[in-house]
Amino acid sequence: MAGKPLFHYDEARGRMESVRWLLAAAGVEYEEKFLQTNEDLEKLRSDGVLMFQQVPMVEVDGMRLVQTRAILNYFSSKYNLYGKDMKERALIDMYSEGLADLNELFIVYPYDPPGVKEAKIAQMKEKAKNRYFPAFEKVLKSHGQDFLVGNKLSKADIHLVEMIYNMEELDANIIANFPLLQALKTRISDMPNIKKFLQPGSRRQPPVDEKTVLKARKIFKF
Amino acid sequence: MSSKPVLHYFNARGRMECIRWLLAAAGVEFEEKFIESPEDLEKLRKDGKLMFEQVPMVEIDGMTLVQTRAILNYIATKYDLSGKDMKERALIDMYAEGVADLSEMMGQLIVTPPDQKEAKISLIKDRAKNRYLPAFEKVLKSHGQDYLVGNRLSRVDIHLLELLLYVEEIDSSLLAPFPLLQALKSRLSSLPNVKKFLQPGSQRKPPTDEKALEEARKAFKF
Repeated sequence: MAGKPLFHYDEARGRMESVRWLLAAAGVEYEEKFLQTNEDLEKLRSDGVLMFQQVPMVEVDGMRLVQTRAILNYFSSKYNLYGKDMKERALIDMYSEGLADLNELFIVYPYDPPGVKEAKIAQMKEKAKNRYFPAFEKVLKSHGQDFLVGNKLSKADIHLVEMIYNMEELDANIIANFPLLQALKTRISDMPNIKKFLQPGSRRQPPVDEKTVLKARKIFKF
Repeated sequence: MSSKPVLHYFNARGRMECIRWLLAAAGVEFEEKFIESPEDLEKLRKDGKLMFEQVPMVEIDGMTLVQTRAILNYIATKYDLSGKDMKERALIDMYAEGVADLSEMMGQLIVTPPDQKEAKISLIKDRAKNRYLPAFEKVLKSHGQDYLVGNRLSRVDIHLLELLLYVEEIDSSLLAPFPLLQALKSRLSSLPNVKKFLQPGSQRKPPTDEKALEEARKAFKF
């Protein structure tokens, strides 16, 4: 079935946001069907379209793909954001997975109870500043190129820039000591598709607020 | 420098075991350097070999790869266990991520406090019985083929076999309602490389015992 990909998720960042960033970078249009109620989720489940009863789910090229990494990898391969060979892909995967570890904290923390939330925020800032951002600054320094892998835009660059924006919401100065990350952020942000995505009215979701948390609790019953 | 891959990890299953399984299934000999003390881990970190200061780490083909999925994807692609095209890979990724989610739940058991353990085990059994095993049984039923994807062995068959064995370790009756999974398990276990890996004396690791875990927790402070 031709046509645009169709995203199924709630109207929030969560696990779908990195897919939205990726398709923005690829310049690919898509549609979104937002879950509004628990009944919406149960309907998808009883229709048998969620392999593990979970979202995200993306209808694309005749498939109903679930699992964020499966979705990201498919789009990355399709739109040439996955390196030119096996070894470049290994680096892209390694970098992406590091960012996914940090992103796991970022996705979940808005839904954590008050005490836990503050601890998580502190943990994320510490890890970003002392583990992840230094590692990527080092990669960029090692080859002096404009992109993390193979002198060409890949999913790893997109995930990294997304994470920089995420962390800056918690600490505006978080990449103050990382000049090459700053340059990468500027370079990627100036790309026409990303520039558009960063403007109001795009499919980019805002930070999770109380209202979104309450709605998600109702939809997903947690 | 050995031409065989060198695996750096603790002498335990943990996050390295699925990599051992995949290499074994692919018929690839590998060496292991076990981390036995905090000093061993510190040395790897100081030598700059761990991009995110973490293991698993695998030295392979001139690369120092960290992040389990990056390592698995590289091995799978190199040894032709990654499907024949983008769409097969999407299915393989989707299925493998489902396996990973249940494996992650099981992996967390060893660090679950005793008073929460029973509830965790209950949840794992429920998810296995009602979410994951039915999903894979349904895939096999849908095409009636001997392997999950593309009528050919891929990495996800191996990941699933490993998972089925762990499910059985928790409760051997859990596989009873799933005849196609049982058949897959038998079939895969008979493949020469897998058969060899399943025998005593291979590099397969036993379940982590309580005593070894306690010692590790004291030594590595987690």
